[in-house]
Parts: sequence; structure tokens; C-alpha cells
Amino acid sequence: MMKKKQVQSHRTVLPKSPTSIQGLDEITGGGLPKGRPTLVCGGAGCGKTLFAMEFLVRGATQYNEPGVFISFEETEKELTANVASLGFDLDKLVERKKIWLEHIHVERGEIQQSGEYDLEGLFIRIHHAIESIGAKRVVLDTIESLYSELPDPRILRVELRRLFRWLKKKGVTTIITAERGEGALTRQGLEEYISDCVILLDHRVNDQSSIRRMRIVKYRGSTHGTNEYPFLIDEDGFSVLPITSLGLNYFSSSKRISTGIPRLDTMLSGKGYYRASTVLVSGTAGTGKTSIAAQFVEAACKRDERVLYFTFEESPSQLVRNMCSVGIKLEPWLKKGLLQFHATRPTLYGLETHLTTSIKLINKFEPTIVIFDPINAFMTKDNQTEVKIMLLRIVDFLKMKEITAFFTSLTSGDNMESSEVYLSSLIDTWLILRDIEIGGERNRGLVVLKSRGMAHSNQIREFRLTNHGIELLDVYVGADGVLTGSARLSQETKDDAEQLLRQQEIGSKQFGLERKRDAMEAQIVVLRSEFEAEESEALKGIGIEKTLNERFTQDKVKMAKSRRGDVSIKTNGTKKKKVTV
Amino acid sequence: MKELTAKINHQKSKISKRKAQPAKSRNDKWVLRLYVAGQTQKTATAFNNLKLICEEQLKGKYHIQVIDLLKNPQLARDDQILAVPTLVRKLPLPVRKIIGDLSNTERMLVGLDLIERSALKVTL
Repeated sequence: MMKKKQVQSHRTVLPKSPTSIQGLDEITGGGLPKGRPTLVCGGAGCGKTLFAMEFLVRGATQYNEPGVFISFEETEKELTANVASLGFDLDKLVERKKIWLEHIHVERGEIQQSGEYDLEGLFIRIHHAIESIGAKRVVLDTIESLYSELPDPRILRVELRRLFRWLKKKGVTTIITAERGEGALTRQGLEEYISDCVILLDHRVNDQSSIRRMRIVKYRGSTHGTNEYPFLIDEDGFSVLPITSLGLNYFSSSKRISTGIPRLDTMLSGKGYYRASTVLVSGTAGTGKTSIAAQFVEAACKRDERVLYFTFEESPSQLVRNMCSVGIKLEPWLKKGLLQFHATRPTLYGLETHLTTSIKLINKFEPTIVIFDPINAFMTKDNQTEVKIMLLRIVDFLKMKEITAFFTSLTSGDNMESSEVYLSSLIDTWLILRDIEIGGERNRGLVVLKSRGMAHSNQIREFRLTNHGIELLDVYVGADGVLTGSARLSQETKDDAEQLLRQQEIGSKQFGLERKRDAMEAQIVVLRSEFEAEESEALKGIGIEKTLNERFTQDKVKMAKSRRGDVSIKTNGTKKKKVTV
Repeated sequence: MKELTAKINHQKSKISKRKAQPAKSRNDKWVLRLYVAGQTQKTATAFNNLKLICEEQLKGKYHIQVIDLLKNPQLARDDQILAVPTLVRKLPLPVRKIIGDLSNTERMLVGLDLIERSALKVTL
């Protein structure tokens, strides 16, 4: 898609012949100059032959432009075998008259020169090949080797010049490969004759790892990318990565995704990371960086997202096993195909190759989350800038594809922040894991150093790996400062004990009060019973007195009756009786 | 393939004065093939030079085939012809090739193993 866009945008003055080599058409604005010769030069083993061959095969298969491959070094058989590893079936193409392979070889030992000669034989052979299949593209693979095979370089020079002109006149798009010479692009100065387009391939070794790069030295009549672009040769052929052309115009999502750790989500204003943001977790050895990554992965896979995990220090199986021990189960997702590991040693190849491989894998797997664990594995003493450039390219690429990037980084020393300050500009959310050493033990603390676009927590959390995943705990903040681990535990126990004591005291006070109340109530009971006893005695006495009193009154009445007196007796009870009497 | 009848060029030649050296293949049948591209001046020169030397050195034992690549371009592949004119000694083995219009007789004789390589160095 991008390629087509590029082609259209470069309203070509010059007709171009698309290569279909990943990325190259973008740099050249549509391909190689159509109907003209292009010089591809580079040192031994830099991929000249493959480049040329891919140009032909793609032309034959995708653009219906048959091609002639004239090889001055390898035989037809060797060529066929060599490119079979890229999935090109030359035999079939030759059979279908899409490709013409011809090996031109001269044994220096069996040749003697006698008098003037010309290269008409070569012209005739090329012409015959072109006519036989109606070729539109021609490759002359290392025509310079003729210089060592044929006598009289003077004649050769003239003849080759004539050949290039002849090819141009024929209107075939030609690639001429040449070895890189000392201080010049080619050994025999071919660049003097072929000036329409010159591509330089480079294969250099830096810090024991090889880097392949490509540069368009010139392209007459056309704009082109001028940088050195990393390229890769792998089972899919040639691919160039013009990533430096990316800009800062990607779309920023406001969607949020969970970190997989509920309390970390809370710290990041309750919702987790932004989608398509760049997250860095840095910390000293053994602080749990990979675990945080794994937790994130697990959460993502549970949401049915695809995750690509680049590990540079552990093998996938080791990582899965280790994460299992802290209760993060990755294996089911691996089996389900949502999670893919890609494990390489950083030293296996150069940064550029890592970059290109990663991007190819990302394009292929189409994940929504990519983990790089750890990125500092790439660092050597003095390649910080290069690493940063590589990461910048990756970050740009991922942002453009709306993929969330998650990096871990191992830091050393105390000033963790400054040791990675050069990365800071790339990072949207930066978590720092640090050791907190108190009371003879190390504990892990987690803090959000920065998180663009959200109000994040400023608190240090204690970070614990349990057998059911990661837990974030509040650190103890008390009179004695910030405490973690056992110190926190013991402080908490102490606090608990004090509280208990206080509760006990309250209890006992309440109990005492209770007792007093009980005592009081008991006393009340006793008093009441005493009173009751006394009362009953008193009532009894009262009763007797009453009876006596009555009896006395009755006696008086009786006596009065007996005496027949008229004295009225002033007792109430007796009055009625008197009436009735 | 096309065989041409020879026109002998009565050019002066020093060959007869030279001792004809290694004689080992002298009695074998010689098959020589001359590749050319069209009827050019170079073609004619080469053919004439060849005929002359053959008459002097290999009289009666040689057979010359002239192949015009313009007419039979596919034949160039078998003998790996790039330069024209090219003379290929098919027999006796091993195969030898000489490129050029054969105007340098000594070099041609060396190329055909008719004189030793060392002889060339001396004369050079």
C-alpha cells in the first residue's frame, strides 16, 4: 500500500521499473530507472547477486517482465541452488521462459591473445538471450571479472563502454554488479560509464556483529532517499527499511489498557497505560522487571490481544517456567497462538539487523503489544546513540502501527534515572523498580517516574512477587520513616501489639466498671432483702397490734352492752353494728 | 555451421624459418573452429592468418570450421565465446582458445601448442 502511494506521489519524470524489493521502491521513488543501466556495487558477500536476482524474479513474476541473468561467476546450477533458499524456483521460471540464465566464463589459462579482438560474441549472446524470451530486464553479475579473464584491458574498457551504451539503446533495464574497489566505487571504474543510478551495498562489522546497509549514491533525474538504510537478507529475500523517513505524525490513542496489576492501574490514574504508548520499566537486577512485563502480557492475552515478546536474555521456556513460579501462566496463550516469543542473543547480529528482523516479525505477527526484554542488552560501551536511534525507529514504527511497546531495562548504580536519561524522551510511561535496603534486607519498591498524559500517583509502593502474581502494597509511612519488608511487618506488629494492649486496657476498665456495678447491684439486693425482712416483721407487728386493737374495741362494746350504758363508742366499725343492734 | 573454402593469402611469413616444435600431436587430425561475427574485416584477417599458418604447419591434417555467431548465436554458449574472433582448437585435446585476429603469429603458435611457451618469452 505504502509503495503504491509513494509511486504516485513522486510524479515521475523518469519512467521507473519497480523492484518490489521491500522498502527499495520507497527510497527510489518507484524503482530503478527504466531502460537504463544501474550499477550495484559493494564488497564481497554484501548481497549484490541476490539483489539483482530478486529484481529479475520479481519482475518476471509480478510485472510480467522477463529477465536475463548473465552470470560471470556462478554457473546456472549454482545460481539456481543459491536462490532456492529464498523460495525462487528458477528452474520453473527458466522453463516458462520468464528467466534466462547464462553463465559466461573464460578460463584464463586456456586463452591466448593474438591480435585485436572485440566482445561481439558477448553482445551476440546477450542479444540472443534477450530476443529468446523477450526480456525487459537484464543482469550482468560481476562483469568486471572479465578483466581478470581476458587479456588487454584497454580493449575491454572500450568494449564494456560500448556494451552499456548498447544496452541503454536496447531499452532494457539493466543491473550491473561490481566489486567495491579501493578508494573508488568499483575496481575498474565502471561508475564512470554507468551514471544513471548507482547503489552501494555495504556489509560492515561493528563490535563483532555485521550490519548490512544500502545507500543510493546517485540517481540521475530523480529524487531519492540519501541516507544509509539498513537492509536484510533472509528467507523472504531482500528487504530495506527506510524507517528514518518516518515522522512524528502518528495518531495518538486515548484508549487505556490494564497493566494486569490492579493497584498499578490505580497508580496510573486508575486505568493503566495508554494504548500505543511506550512503557519502560527499569530497575536493578532481580527487581521484577520481567514479571511486570509478564503480568502485562497475561492481562493482554486474557483480552484476546496478540503479544510479541522479544527476549534477549532468557529462552522462552525458561521465561515461561519462571513466570509460572510467580503464578503468571503464559503457556496457554503460547499454545493458543496469542503470544509469540522471539529469543535471540543481542550479539547474534548488529543493531540494524535486530531492527529489521523485529519489524519484519511485527509485520508478520501483527501484535497489539510488543515487549522488548531487556533493551540494555544491546548497549555496549559506546553505542548509546546508535541504540537510541534504533529504539527511536522502533518506537516510531510501533506508534504508527498503534502498537503498545513495553521495554525493560536493567540499570546499575544509584542514579537510575540519569543512567537512562537518553531514553527518556522516547518513553511515555516510565516505571522504576528500586531496591530499598532497610534492616538487613532488600525489598522492592515501585514508583511511577513519569507518565505522559495522566495524573499518576507519586507514592512508592512496595512490590511483592507472590505465588499468585504481583502485589503492590502500601509502604509503611510512620514516625520512623518509610519502611518496607520485615521492617514494615515488625513495625506493623508493634503497632498491632500496642493497639491490642490499648484494647485490653479498655476491656479491663470496662470490666472493672462492670464489676462495680455488679457489686452495687448485689448490695442493692441485700439491702432490699433486709428491708423486705424488716418490712415483713413490721407488718406482722402491725397486724398483731390491729388485732389487739379490734379485740379491745369489741371487748369495750361487749362491756358496754353488758353494762347497758349509752355511751356511744367512736369506732367506725362498731357504729354500724350499733345501728343494726 | 559453415565451412568456407580457403583463400590463401600469400603473405610473407617467417614461420617456415622457425623450427616446428613439439611434434607429439603432429600426426593427429586437427579440428579448428573459428568463431566470427559477420563478414567483417576482422573476420577476413583472422581467417586468412589461420589458413596461412595451417598450410605451413599442419598441411593436410587440419580441418577448419567457421561459425558465424550472427547466424547461429546459440552456438556461442557451448564453447563459451565472448570475444570475436575466437579460434578454438577442438582436437587434439586439450581444448585451446585464441582470441584476436591472429595477427600475432608467435602468440598464435603458442596458443595452439605448436611452439613452447618458453619460446615466446625469449622472442618477447
